[in-house]
Amino acid sequence: MKPAFPYILLAALAATAPAATAPLAIFGETIHPMAGPAIKSGLVLVRDGRIAYVGPAAGQIVPADHQVIRARVVTPGLIDARTTVGLSGLLNQPHDQDMLERSAPVQPELRAIDAYNARDPLVAWVRSFGVTTLNTGHAPGALVSGQTMIVKTGGTTVEDDVVNPAAMIAVSLGGSGVVRAEGTAPAPAAKSPGTRAKAVAMLRAELIKAQEYARKREIPDEAKRPSRDLRLEALLRGLAGTQRFLVTAHRQQDILAALRLAREFNLQLVLDGCADAHLVLAEIKASGFPVILHPTMARANEDAENLAMDTAAKLAAAGIPFALQSGYESYVPKTRVVLFEAAVAAGKGLGFDAALASVTINAARLLGIADRTGSLAAGKDADLALFDGDPFEYTTHATGTIVSGRLFADGPH
Amino acid sequence: MVPRFSPAATALLGLALAAAAQEKPLAFTGAQIIPIAGEPIADGVLVVHRGRILAVGAAGSVALPAGAETRAIRGKVILPGLVDSHSHIGGAQGADGSAPIQPEVRVLDAVDVRHPSIQKAQAGGITTANVMPGSGHLISGQTLYLKLRDGRTIDDLLIKLADGTFAGGLKMANGTNSIRTPGGPFPGSRAKSAALVREQYVRAQEYKARLARAGGDPEKTPARDLALEMLVEVLDGKRIVQHHTHRHDDILTVLRLQKEFGFKVVLHHVSEAAKVATEIAAAGVPSSVIIVDSPGGKLEARDLTFENCAALERAGAAIGLHTDDSVTDSRHFLRMAALAVRAGMTRTGALQAVTLANAKMLGLEARVGSLETGKDADFVILSGDPLSVYTQVEQTWIEGAKVFDVADPKDRVYAFGGAGAGDPRRVSLCCFGSAWDIIVAANGGDQ
Repeated sequence: MKPAFPYILLAALAATAPAATAPLAIFGETIHPMAGPAIKSGLVLVRDGRIAYVGPAAGQIVPADHQVIRARVVTPGLIDARTTVGLSGLLNQPHDQDMLERSAPVQPELRAIDAYNARDPLVAWVRSFGVTTLNTGHAPGALVSGQTMIVKTGGTTVEDDVVNPAAMIAVSLGGSGVVRAEGTAPAPAAKSPGTRAKAVAMLRAELIKAQEYARKREIPDEAKRPSRDLRLEALLRGLAGTQRFLVTAHRQQDILAALRLAREFNLQLVLDGCADAHLVLAEIKASGFPVILHPTMARANEDAENLAMDTAAKLAAAGIPFALQSGYESYVPKTRVVLFEAAVAAGKGLGFDAALASVTINAARLLGIADRTGSLAAGKDADLALFDGDPFEYTTHATGTIVSGRLFADGPH
Repeated sequence: MVPRFSPAATALLGLALAAAAQEKPLAFTGAQIIPIAGEPIADGVLVVHRGRILAVGAAGSVALPAGAETRAIRGKVILPGLVDSHSHIGGAQGADGSAPIQPEVRVLDAVDVRHPSIQKAQAGGITTANVMPGSGHLISGQTLYLKLRDGRTIDDLLIKLADGTFAGGLKMANGTNSIRTPGGPFPGSRAKSAALVREQYVRAQEYKARLARAGGDPEKTPARDLALEMLVEVLDGKRIVQHHTHRHDDILTVLRLQKEFGFKVVLHHVSEAAKVATEIAAAGVPSSVIIVDSPGGKLEARDLTFENCAALERAGAAIGLHTDDSVTDSRHFLRMAALAVRAGMTRTGALQAVTLANAKMLGLEARVGSLETGKDADFVILSGDPLSVYTQVEQTWIEGAKVFDVADPKDRVYAFGGAGAGDPRRVSLCCFGSAWDIIVAANGGDQ
């Protein structure tokens, strides 16, 4: 991923912010580094927000200034690959709902970073279940609803926590908000497409407009160039692949429509939702695009009525890269928890290791942040989740979460 | 019910199916049995016959009846069929927007028994459910306590009581859901909500008194009033109020009204129960709790916590759990019990909360909720620990008939999802879902 200028600036700010964290020594009866086999009686040393050591505890001397923490099970901090936490606030009142702008159907210029509330209680809520990183932003519900960003769950300011301020551009195909409101969801954006075919036609027209804009911006005579257009600039980043399109599509015909669009415009997609993925595994596999699979706890209705608890296992068997998500719903509960989503997948055929990978290293790779997080290795961000048993058992507690070296133990949850 | 078969065919089917529903006793051996009434039995025997439990106990202590068919299921776990004290499966709606108080409206007239949500509930191990109208009214109608048999019509799922009526409660609600824009018939505030409800119960008291004074004299008997008749049933303790309430002050309002009118009530959702657990326990009123993945989504659920069950348990209150399907999916009902344990509830209490405690809240504890001799043969066969994420519901049995088997692809799609999971269950003359269909077809209703 080519970082844009603001990304570099913000990353520089972020690097200086958490310097105040105390060094930590985490002893784990079992450590799952997700970069090699599980370690029994292991140790993770954390200094200046980064991992200084991960490996067997035997023979290691813990410096006196390190705070010692013990846990039965240690994993990398969990990554929620698609959520609206921080934009869709806990209260679900008009003043705290910023995940969906309904003034127009195509608004790729809307940035998540301008709306994210790092102090919304749901940020702390998901963090208390081990979640350290979110790909959060604009919800499904408009043809192009805006952008997502990648952010840590430190919970102070977005500037402190941001990893990638412009991760993806959110597109919704099918009935999930575009054609009609789903359940109690807010009404779709004004002038939204009324049918599936119209939605795709509108999207094609927008992309062609962006291509023409790009050509005109290259005109040698500056006076003849069009003015800057934030909307088309965002679509151009999508066309260039520097900011991938995150396409929410549940029905198989919508998934196929997304793949058709990608072929026509040579797009880099991330497929989102994909309740019907089990019907078009071969097509998804052939496309090479990764999937951020729907939460199975979500209401199985409308376009997602055929969602299946064993789809994650089928994606794994097919060799399709995927991650899990908490997703977006408009009513109680205000967010799902990706730990529980991985738990269902683990229990329905995916198994422990692949389920854990789907919310750690594989999610990091999918989001393009595996150089910083998603596994436990020296030099990476100190993002860890601590548990008093198998993380996926519902009766286990998340006893602590470490975000960029900062310990949160305000659970247990 | 609508007769679809000739009397002769019906009689034949009845005979054929009577055999399928254990003309011979059926014994399950080798499993761990968690009877709820009593301690878990490591190596248990469960014998069912003609829809009832004939015997349950440790291996060696239960004599297998002559001619019993035996199924060895070593390694499995048997629980009573789960009882869900608050659900919206079957896609039913109750009251409409014309008024805030509509006790005359029946969910009975609206449930779709072929709705996939009912099959999914079976796949989750649920055998009895309180199917409710919504919470957007002070009184939104009569609820139905259903057995989730594979029925052709709603009649096949009803629970017939000794007096010939069908089991069900009355749905009430307070707080913001039933508060609407002022100017119409709906209340605009909490105090007005309570005033409207009190007014209606006072009317019901008067109606009841007039009926009593008339003493059966047709001249003096007041005209039938379907709404007041229902409230009289509540005042007489024949029908339990199933009351939606979230905030701590709303919970206390329910307790205040209960004290004034003396009705039987169950508190539902109780998102802030932990704040008033002592008061709830002191009132002797049971709570049907929901645990969802996160607080919020509405103002009243802002402080919702996983710890409500533990707080109520410490206070000594009766606790059940419910799915509120589709707020939570029926297939994850056991998960909720596990989350209650995660937040400090005892394991015993949590397993009771999805079985016997709920049965008591519906007044059905004589028939369901535990594995005891003479009770309905409603049970679930699990692959392991009921509270483990790795455990699968393998079979669900209602009154001795298997209604869900994960090994059957037709059932599996409802358990796991996939193409067809959103479709209604197909029911046809050639392919009944279970023995129960034909028994019901032959006998016309609940047994």
